[in-house]
Amino acid sequence: MSSIGTGYDLSASTFSPDGRVFQVEYAMKAVENSSTAIGIRCKDGVVFGVEKLILSKLYEQGSNKRIFNIDRHVGMAVAGLLADARSLSEVSREEASNFRSNYGHDIPLKNEEIKIRHKHLADRVAMYVHAYTLYSAVRPFGCSFILGSYDEDDGPQLYMVDPSGISYGYWGCAIGKAKQAAKTEIEKLQMKEMTCRELVKEVAKIIYIVHDEVKDKAFELELSWVGEVTKGRHELVPKDIKEEAEKYAKESLEEEDDSDEDNM
Amino acid sequence: MSEELFPEPEWLSEEVKTGTTIIAVTFDGGVVLGSDSRVSAGEAVVNRVMNKLSPLHDKIYCALSGSAADAQTIAEIVNYQLDVHSIEVEDDPLVCSAATLVKNISYKYKEELSAHLIVAGWDKKKGGQVYATLSGLLTSQPFAIGGSGSFYINGFVDAEYRKNMTKRECQEFVVNALTLAMGRDGSSGGVAYVVTIDKDGAEEKCVLGNELPKFFDQ
Repeated sequence: MSSIGTGYDLSASTFSPDGRVFQVEYAMKAVENSSTAIGIRCKDGVVFGVEKLILSKLYEQGSNKRIFNIDRHVGMAVAGLLADARSLSEVSREEASNFRSNYGHDIPLKNEEIKIRHKHLADRVAMYVHAYTLYSAVRPFGCSFILGSYDEDDGPQLYMVDPSGISYGYWGCAIGKAKQAAKTEIEKLQMKEMTCRELVKEVAKIIYIVHDEVKDKAFELELSWVGEVTKGRHELVPKDIKEEAEKYAKESLEEEDDSDEDNM
Repeated sequence: MSEELFPEPEWLSEEVKTGTTIIAVTFDGGVVLGSDSRVSAGEAVVNRVMNKLSPLHDKIYCALSGSAADAQTIAEIVNYQLDVHSIEVEDDPLVCSAATLVKNISYKYKEELSAHLIVAGWDKKKGGQVYATLSGLLTSQPFAIGGSGSFYINGFVDAEYRKNMTKRECQEFVVNALTLAMGRDGSSGGVAYVVTIDKDGAEEKCVLGNELPKFFDQ
């Protein structure tokens, strides 16, 4: 990699002559080195899928989770440096818990009025992430994360926060090494009309599609959802539904392989 | 010498209490709050026209009872906190948020404070709600009464309250309850203040002494 930012990239408190903060951009590169995580919002909930690469056969299955519970109704999927992400999940949990203690109800991820959009938990955590991009004494967080929640009145919400401290609202988003390929697949979906049950299968399929068999070999799929189907609680997808989704994903891949061969 | 000839009246050194009657009732679509207007220091009436219904936000009010200073201060602090909160979440605050804020203060300082606030209002999630926060507890109730005058009307409100009253019926119920309490409690009296809150906002009204309903008291 050419050192584009020579001299101006040593600390987050320095701008380059063309107005960039290189440390923040390098942090985003750290996210791009990690395996893919996607979150998609549908009619009645949000589904997360994470491609968890298995680096060693000795790993216990299910360890090093990349999907966290922030509050009963909020889930977070991460990509990037896992230790940074864990620390941020603690911060998010504190924010949500303090809000409930002070104001007596669940923290809103976002509250959508006709034209006004705003987001509370996502904003608070994004502010925290941003604070670490201001000083030379600390380094920016090397992770992006996707926050999703479901509430009876406000419906499903999905927000993504990146290392620069900006948060975006999405119908579907992807972070990590295969995010471009995943985004292309996500755009093909009609998510606004799908239910969570239908979406779970599609999410599994997308993860299987973007997974690079050659470079990365084995992986474990982590799936979680929150929506009407879980009565507003964020949970890992139950084993039987997950197996069904993986089966659907594997079969779709084989079909596509077959059809490619026919075309040739 | 002068002290013996003109002893200082006791009420000058008594704590100023809002010996009071306060009441808040839900109806189908909102709430009605009511209070008397007497502030006493011992035997003296220090203020006969005080409005004990204090706004916490556009559609959330609280009724003050107990020590006047304590109650007013809590109401002012929570008013400020709700302003900040509603700007942060960019929406009208929920009544339960207001009640939780009041409860947090009442509970944390329960040894030092002596005030009971009833929080009532309307929000779009749950409509009209009434919360009692006596001594730092927090309960949601269909109606709540408080203050020294409330003891005299416990039976009346239990017997006369009905669910899903109309706005008019609810206002009459509140005024009747206040009148009966003011008639029997020495620390309650003056005029009746009534605030009605529904989805369109809050409406304040003052019912003067001669306009209050007459009960058998020949």
